[in-house]
Amino acid sequence: MSTSTVPADNSFQLSQLWRDARYRSYTIQIIALVVALSVVMMLIGNAVENLEALGKDFNFGFLFEPAGYDIGQRLVEYTSASGHWKAALVGLLNTLLVAFLACLAATVIGVFVGVLRLSNNWVISRLMAVYIEGVRNVPLLLQILAWYAVFIHVFPKPKQAEPLLGGALVATNRGFYIPGFTYEGAYLAVVAVFLASIAGIFIFRSWAKKRQEETGQILPVGLYSLGLLIVPTAIVYFIAGMPIGLEFPTLKGFNYVGGTKAGTPLIALWFALSIYSAAFVAEIVRAGIMAISKGQTEAAYALGLRPQRTMSLVVLPQSLRIIIPPMISNYLNITKNSSLAIAVGYMDLTGTLGGITLNQTGREMECMLLLMATYLVISLTISAVMNYYNESVKLKGR
Amino acid sequence: MKKMILPVALGAAFAATSLSAATAGTLEDVQERGTLRCAVSTGLAGFSYTDENGKWQGFDVDYCRAVAAAVLGDADAVEFSPTTGKTRFTALASGEVDILSRNTTWTYSRDADLKFTFLGVSYYDGQGFMVKKSLGVTSAKELDGATVCIQTGTTTELNLSDYFTAEGMSYEPLSIETNTEGRANYLADACDVYTTDASGLAASRATFENAADHIILPEIISKEPLGPLVRHGDDQWADIGRWVLNAMKIAEEKGITAANADEMAATSKDPEVKRLLGASGEMGAAIGLNNDFALVAIKAVGNYGESFERHLGTQTKVNLARGLNAVWTEGGLQYAPPFR
Repeated sequence: MSTSTVPADNSFQLSQLWRDARYRSYTIQIIALVVALSVVMMLIGNAVENLEALGKDFNFGFLFEPAGYDIGQRLVEYTSASGHWKAALVGLLNTLLVAFLACLAATVIGVFVGVLRLSNNWVISRLMAVYIEGVRNVPLLLQILAWYAVFIHVFPKPKQAEPLLGGALVATNRGFYIPGFTYEGAYLAVVAVFLASIAGIFIFRSWAKKRQEETGQILPVGLYSLGLLIVPTAIVYFIAGMPIGLEFPTLKGFNYVGGTKAGTPLIALWFALSIYSAAFVAEIVRAGIMAISKGQTEAAYALGLRPQRTMSLVVLPQSLRIIIPPMISNYLNITKNSSLAIAVGYMDLTGTLGGITLNQTGREMECMLLLMATYLVISLTISAVMNYYNESVKLKGR
Repeated sequence: MKKMILPVALGAAFAATSLSAATAGTLEDVQERGTLRCAVSTGLAGFSYTDENGKWQGFDVDYCRAVAAAVLGDADAVEFSPTTGKTRFTALASGEVDILSRNTTWTYSRDADLKFTFLGVSYYDGQGFMVKKSLGVTSAKELDGATVCIQTGTTTELNLSDYFTAEGMSYEPLSIETNTEGRANYLADACDVYTTDASGLAASRATFENAADHIILPEIISKEPLGPLVRHGDDQWADIGRWVLNAMKIAEEKGITAANADEMAATSKDPEVKRLLGASGEMGAAIGLNNDFALVAIKAVGNYGESFERHLGTQTKVNLARGLNAVWTEGGLQYAPPFR
């Protein structure tokens, strides 16, 4: 039988809510909740009241009315007779496109610059320092405008443009054109074999890695992968009678037609976002590398690894753990910064839903809420994916 | 679901703070403040631009000054807000400005759906196309496949799409934010064609180095009645704006100018002129102003024709003929209701 040294005291006094450590945290939390809720209620009430005073209702029906405007750069079929929702979709895809391209390019450039920044070669490391400090201290909007101006003034007008690489690339001040695919007949078979080859490469690589770990034998993985990528697809392609063709851009009237076009706004925005964000990535990478103890490098050298392999096999894998978390926020920044697209006429989500649609329909509240919610979802998704990746590379407790 | 509350509430908060200013009693607000807040464009030769002294000038600007003169007795008591095609309606709807005078087309949906009141037509315009002469194009029907620079957030965007669809032609839009950007893109050949209201094209062309190298195509593809506007819900304020504009037109009809307005008020035998200039009756009081509000406004900026000739007319760089904008007695469409 246990005996309690403190007799149970059931008398509760109001002052205990504040004085007694058992209740205090509840009191504070409840007060905070009430305050937060009443602020929220006040804001919503205010918005509803003011919308009513203006005689405006709150509904999303306008999304299904014809948009009435055209969009230059689009990834899906869209005409001015499509609904506003379709215009918003085109914008969303454009946002994702430029964000994806910029994240990719910024990472590649950034890692490269970050490593070179630590080079023992004085000239190279200083050059990289100049690039990083120069680029990241100038406002992004100015850089976007500057790159756009460079692109429209430096590249030739369509009628004076000379196709490069045997017609495979046309660079004009309105955009870059590359050949596009044309599909006919049994093209699906070719696509299927191509996808199967890619899957095969992954399987082969994991098998080769396992084999190396077990036996120590190294296969020329890169060469085999390349062969696997090309040979089966090529065989099926010729057997099926060359069902996939290339369509080259040709000058017709005012512009080049045919092929795939990446408009100057997209190129300039991509360029500016990549160059700008790469400077931040470089600093993150540098910090990550410098955080790895010098002993690791020396140990690797002692084992006879060359500097390049030391970097890619010993230092970088460890610094990834430090690099990934700040990279997440960097990717989020790139995505959000892509909303500066309107400055160069690139029709991203902010340009369509938050720009023309908002303006033509006058539905500020609806458009803005939808816009913010969409960016929120995109950002949370990126951050979830990156956090998952971070989990997979971080130091496991054993 | 819980997570969504915060962004929704924040959005609501922003909208609420900006909307709360939109209440009736604009006249009192303006008089109390001592200045009129007027939204104009970010710069369009002839319509609204800043001169070398940094002072706002132009046809749209004159109207703002006329209203300020009528309401406050001082044509310089105006705070100008430069707005883009995109920001103008939000600026007006949120109560950031009292009146919007920025070559804005009067349309059904802007009137009914955006909840604005148009005060009349200050300029009858239509959408046109400008191309470089070197292109060798003489008609808009030859523009199939062209890249078109277009200001976003305007009716021109919708007209353009309608016109090309109706003609069965295709085009590549290049959406730009302001007239300045549009000119820069057009001059750099980032687009073949620049389209906006014909008056805007003429105004832009006037600022080009070699204006003669550019032509405005003959097709006018839309009706663009431009005019000033205010928010729904304050009829008194709308009446003031409407009748300042009408007063300027009537003044031209009756031959009242900035120079002779005082004299006309004192000596004219015409009853309508006397009513307009406050020499007889209590006309101004009905809209909460002094009886001589029109006199003060006309003395400040002149009559409709004077303002037009000063900023847009054939003697200026913009070089626009009166055309549809002549008063009705001279074969134009400018026809103000009687002042009685």
